[in-house]
Amino acid sequence: MLSNIAFYGAIETGLIYGLVAFGIYLSFRVLDFPDLTVDGSFPLGAAVAAVLIIEGVNPWLATGAAVIAGMGAGAVTALLNVKLNILNLLASILTMIALYSVNLRIMGRPNIALLTEETVLTPWYDLGLAYHQVPVLLFIIVVMVSLLLLWRFMKSETGLAMRATGANPRMARAQGIATGAMIVLGVAVSNGLVGLAGALFAQSQGAADVTMGVGVIVIGLASLIGGEAVLTPSTVLRALIACVIGAIVYRLAIALALNADFLGLQAQDLNLITAVLVTLAIVLPGVRTSVAARFTRKKA
Amino acid sequence: MITATDLTLTFGKGTPLENPALRGMSLTVNQGEFVTVIGSNGAGKSTFLNALAGEVMVDSGNIIVDNQDVTKLPTHKRAGRVARVFQDPLAGTCEGLTIEENLALAIKRGQRRGLSAAVKARYMDQFKSSLASLNLGLENRLGDKMGLLSGGQRQAVSLLMASLTPSAILLLDEHTAALDPKTASFVLDLTTQIIEEQKLTALMVTHSMKQALEVGDRTVMLHQGQVVFDIAGQDREGLEVKDLLELFEKQRGLEVDDDSLLLG
Repeated sequence: MLSNIAFYGAIETGLIYGLVAFGIYLSFRVLDFPDLTVDGSFPLGAAVAAVLIIEGVNPWLATGAAVIAGMGAGAVTALLNVKLNILNLLASILTMIALYSVNLRIMGRPNIALLTEETVLTPWYDLGLAYHQVPVLLFIIVVMVSLLLLWRFMKSETGLAMRATGANPRMARAQGIATGAMIVLGVAVSNGLVGLAGALFAQSQGAADVTMGVGVIVIGLASLIGGEAVLTPSTVLRALIACVIGAIVYRLAIALALNADFLGLQAQDLNLITAVLVTLAIVLPGVRTSVAARFTRKKA
Repeated sequence: MITATDLTLTFGKGTPLENPALRGMSLTVNQGEFVTVIGSNGAGKSTFLNALAGEVMVDSGNIIVDNQDVTKLPTHKRAGRVARVFQDPLAGTCEGLTIEENLALAIKRGQRRGLSAAVKARYMDQFKSSLASLNLGLENRLGDKMGLLSGGQRQAVSLLMASLTPSAILLLDEHTAALDPKTASFVLDLTTQIIEEQKLTALMVTHSMKQALEVGDRTVMLHQGQVVFDIAGQDREGLEVKDLLELFEKQRGLEVDDDSLLLG
């Protein structure tokens, strides 16, 4: 089946996409704002972190800058929607397209290698863990901290106002909530998380590449929907945990599919497998309830 | 106190669907007054309420709430002064949030929201006692999702939310119209009870002339975006629906006469 390294590798990328799924949960679920900016803010985070790291900036500072850059990208999308009344989906596509050029400008070339640079992972290799276990340990910590902060935020007065903005904007306004400001804040935080994911991905993979954002939105959505299918998101905490579980399960499923020789799948089939998995994740919960309904009807 | 002066608002200006909803509408509601508003479809009742709430901006005229000109302020900046219950029982609450979260949203209406926990232990007594006053047993279901409640229960909670913090005016937009008769009378009783107890200033739009006369202490009828009559105190006492209809016919008749005069 899976080799040890492939297994840890799947967990590692799963944790990173867990952060992406947090961001997508915030935009798609909490704010009801279909945001495709992530395909641009993921490589943006990677680009900002990579450029700063090769300039000799502390890798944690570089990662923090990536978060801020991601937040900026999200804010642009939200402002296009809120201030200029551009349809949210279209606004995010505009930002995403623009970010491709911005990312090339930031990096000055299509990709930057980080293999020999000091990254956030470097000090952790001295702990005596196996090489492929180090990123998993660090990313578990990052994901846990992000999850707790997000959970705490969603339970705060401002977080509750943000949830109301997505669920019932008319009611939110009537309660004195500046819904436009909530959308800007929420989409910014969402893309800040995606920028963080991009920065960590570049550091663990050893390179930032301008094309690394292609399909991030689909993988994030797959994680979100898959996680919701596994763990019913009845509370914010469960929804956030579902994001991480979904992302890890998704990466494991991909790794298994690619490693199952009898299927004859190869790396280039990745996007096809993703599409099939997302379709299954969307359809299966419905099938399950309709089968259950038929069963109970027979009994009655 | 709330004063609306000479409000005009035309939807779809310059299009074939041009629709003048308010045509020089003026109304003053005094502190502690409970005004019922009636009028046929298209009379401008909902538009007037939306204009007061800030959901639509008037073309001209001005709106003063407690000595502050709010004419140009968006909804969320007026929310501290203007509380509102919608016609749709699902519109006033968030079904994905729990009862206590909905109440916690309402208790901060019009105030700054920070990063402290939204549902605070110190709110609980107030939440429980106000929910208990509904006699629906909701005080034991604070953690339940709002979506689990019936339309009538949700409307009752919306009303509670609107009266949880003080406001200059409470706007009720046909808030019993979408409920079954029994629930509607329950919500209406609750409305009068809350308004009396807290001495609220309220404006209630209704489709039912009977309801308009039974509750409140002043009745205003709108027609074609204007106040056609405004009746309170002794004049209003003992008035029945047929009297109201007569009044309305008389007013409308006069208008028709005016028109024929103009055309002639």
